[in-house]
Amino acid sequence: MLKILKYSFYDLIRSRWSYVYLAFYLLLGSVLLFLNNDLSKAVITLMNVIVVLTPLIGTIFGIMYYYSSREFTELLLAQPIKRRNIFLGQYLGVALSLSASLIIGLGIPFVAYGIFYSGAIWDYITLLITATFLTLIFTALAFNIAISTENRIKGFGYAILLWLFMAVIYDGIFLLGLVMFSEYPLENFSLIATLFNPIDLSRILILLKLDISALMGYTGAVFQKFFGTNQGLFISLGVLFVWAITPIWRIVAKSNKKDF
Amino acid sequence: MIEVKDLYKKFGKNEVLKGLNLTIEKEGIFTILGPNGSGKTTLIKSILGMVLPDSGEILINGESVKKQWNYRFNIDYMPQIANFPTNLSVDELFDMIIDLRGSEKRKDDLVKLFGLGEFLNKKLGNLSGGTKQKVNIVLSFMFDSPIIILDEPTTGLDPVSLIRLKDLIMSEKERGKTILITTHIMDFVEQISDQIVFILEGVIYFRGTVGELKTKTNKESIERAIASILTETYA
Repeated sequence: MLKILKYSFYDLIRSRWSYVYLAFYLLLGSVLLFLNNDLSKAVITLMNVIVVLTPLIGTIFGIMYYYSSREFTELLLAQPIKRRNIFLGQYLGVALSLSASLIIGLGIPFVAYGIFYSGAIWDYITLLITATFLTLIFTALAFNIAISTENRIKGFGYAILLWLFMAVIYDGIFLLGLVMFSEYPLENFSLIATLFNPIDLSRILILLKLDISALMGYTGAVFQKFFGTNQGLFISLGVLFVWAITPIWRIVAKSNKKDF
Repeated sequence: MIEVKDLYKKFGKNEVLKGLNLTIEKEGIFTILGPNGSGKTTLIKSILGMVLPDSGEILINGESVKKQWNYRFNIDYMPQIANFPTNLSVDELFDMIIDLRGSEKRKDDLVKLFGLGEFLNKKLGNLSGGTKQKVNIVLSFMFDSPIIILDEPTTGLDPVSLIRLKDLIMSEKERGKTILITTHIMDFVEQISDQIVFILEGVIYFRGTVGELKTKTNKESIERAIASILTETYA
């Protein structure tokens, strides 16, 4: 598996798009630091961009990589290699090269600004961890869609729809639910509903870490009570972990039963 | 030795293989013929473990291939469409497959034979279809495995390379290998095959030499022989 991973990783690392992605984060990080002149504020602004953008990029790269390397995958399948290793290797190659672009791109400007000597270091690290998780999760979901969908156009469509659903529509429905049932106690419902969407979960995790939950009113207080504690933090990281592991497991299960 | 026993496979409602039996005990060149969609590629891919049969059994050297992967060390396969990662150079691709599979035996000879020397440092994305096919050929012959499976190997080759490929296949046979080829080029079939395996509607309709096929159908050329089988069955 490591060999496949190595080659997928190099293949992607050397493609133009990885550099564009890296350059984008470099620029975004530098500009935000320059404009805000404040680490915490830069982290908040970055969060707003990252929780939407990393899933989108993970989805698109995942689906494109799978489809564009399909014939090559067939070549690999005819080699004496376990199926599982081929698909896991490719998946990790994509996910890790995207994560590397993200971490390096955001790392350089923040380190240069002196993040290590600042109180915002943990917020910043939380941000990077959740962004990496989101990349892992959405690349895995995209691979799942690609494995199950032969037609590239359909697969691409489903993947974008999934992203749109998680990033936008889910929140809309969630909000609508809150408004319609505003007479009932909804704290637990909203807590649970948050856990079912990795993007929301990441956003709230970072917001609460930044200690601006007071802005969110009573619900914010409930969330703070849950996510703000160590237990809440571990549970939500655990849920993110489950969100990543489940689709990865399904990549293996699906690919073992598929005809090529 | 390849044994295929009672192989069934459907894709959705489309039944492709319907109880196919095939045993290849010895070395030689076996061309697999059949109309489009008759199940040639499905058979080959089942042997390679890329397509998972609904029922039936495939044995390579006496051992079932189901859920196995080690047996593929004995097989060299050349797929129909050669499509490689565009970012890699030819040499990097070779190194990668060698790295995955173990030592190659004769990459340099093959590279020279097909005149790929000047392309070794070029990116695969910039190569023409024919050149990619040559890369494909080198990849599938360089490990010197006892079984070679070629799916439409002649696609896109110029006449010179075609002759070299033919010679290469013949010399592999002399060295005691079992070679399975699918193709639609009848000249090629006539020149190289020891035996023809004709698949029709998911079973083996005919197996024998080119001469036997001609006698059976009472035709002069192999093209007409095959056409007569097809019109007979479809009429």
